[in-house]
Amino acid sequence: MNLSRRQILVLLPAAAVAWKYVLADSPQSAPNYNMSDHWWGMLIDIPKCIGCGNCVRACKAENDVPDGFFRTWVERYHVTDGNMTNPEVISPDGGKEGFPAVTEDAGKYFYVPKLCNHCADSPCTQVCPVGATFVSPDGVVLVDPKYCLGCAYCVQACPYGCRYIHPEKKVADKCTLCYHRITKGLTTACCESCPTGARQLVDLKNPKDPIHAFLKTHSVQVLKPQMATGAKVYYNDLDGSVR
Amino acid sequence: MNGFRDYAHLLRFAALFVIAFLIFWAIRGFVVPPSFGKYGHYRAAALSEIAAHPLHHAGHAACESCHTDIQSTKASGKHASVNCEACHGPQAQHAADPSIDPGKPDTAVLCARCHAVSAARPRSFPQVNIADHSSGVPCQTCHQPHSPEIGATPAGGAK
Repeated sequence: MNLSRRQILVLLPAAAVAWKYVLADSPQSAPNYNMSDHWWGMLIDIPKCIGCGNCVRACKAENDVPDGFFRTWVERYHVTDGNMTNPEVISPDGGKEGFPAVTEDAGKYFYVPKLCNHCADSPCTQVCPVGATFVSPDGVVLVDPKYCLGCAYCVQACPYGCRYIHPEKKVADKCTLCYHRITKGLTTACCESCPTGARQLVDLKNPKDPIHAFLKTHSVQVLKPQMATGAKVYYNDLDGSVR
Repeated sequence: MNGFRDYAHLLRFAALFVIAFLIFWAIRGFVVPPSFGKYGHYRAAALSEIAAHPLHHAGHAACESCHTDIQSTKASGKHASVNCEACHGPQAQHAADPSIDPGKPDTAVLCARCHAVSAARPRSFPQVNIADHSSGVPCQTCHQPHSPEIGATPAGGAK
């Protein structure tokens, strides 16, 4: 094969691009799981939440979350004033053992389960100085515990307060959206144990996922939309008092 | 002669530069993990390490592969959409080795977690004032947890 200098110059960049794909093997963490086919998020249906705390307990058991720290927790809002500016918010032990019963019926009550919003443009991953936290190709914000220094920049950067420093490992820790489960075709521990279906794992890249119809027919909101984090935890019927 | 001296110092400098670069490259190759930068500014191997975390909840599909009788009892009842581990807790060990005792949930605690009356719960959700409702009689005396409506399942169906 005779190649002129011009032909070689044209072929070299093409070869360089092709070589990149030769080097990168298929992005799979489980045999039948293809990261590029998924874009994970969660739907939280506030009117369905009864504040039982099942999700908090299941998350603790599934992910060995230390006592006093939470990857997910439930807040109970009590709004009495008309302009919704002064909600009373409680979350005793993250709502793990439920909430104290209420007898008087003044104002409105509702439960808001919270977890990492798995933001597409997450502030927490942008501040990491060492590349220990990142958005995975399937849209899950993860922490690499072997690379994390424990500097806690990400803890203060998260607008939703979803991160903490693990008291024993001394590294940043957070919801993984049960990455070890969703890559095996299971749902997250919190969704698995939610008795009312108030929490649902959603795959935004799956055209058959009911989330697409849900988003078109319901009043759905994300937390702190003004921060443009690209949050992927969608709240149905979210009250204006929720911060 | 003068000309040679003129670029000899440049060669020395270039050699120094090349050596420094090689040292940098060697250290970099040693320090940066091989999978770093494969998908982005992070260690790609972390993905499979996180995905390898052991399961604690088996998932209702695993439960239903053996407990088909309970599944059919549940399917027609009010608790049809409540997954097994919502009440029974994490059962991955039991699913992997059925000889491991899954334990028996305590209905006195469990039923109340969802059904104890509270004005803070959604109105449409079934709630009872436990003290008035049963006066201490355990819930499962009347309600079969897998299909809790009284009369919906034959007595003694609780397992």
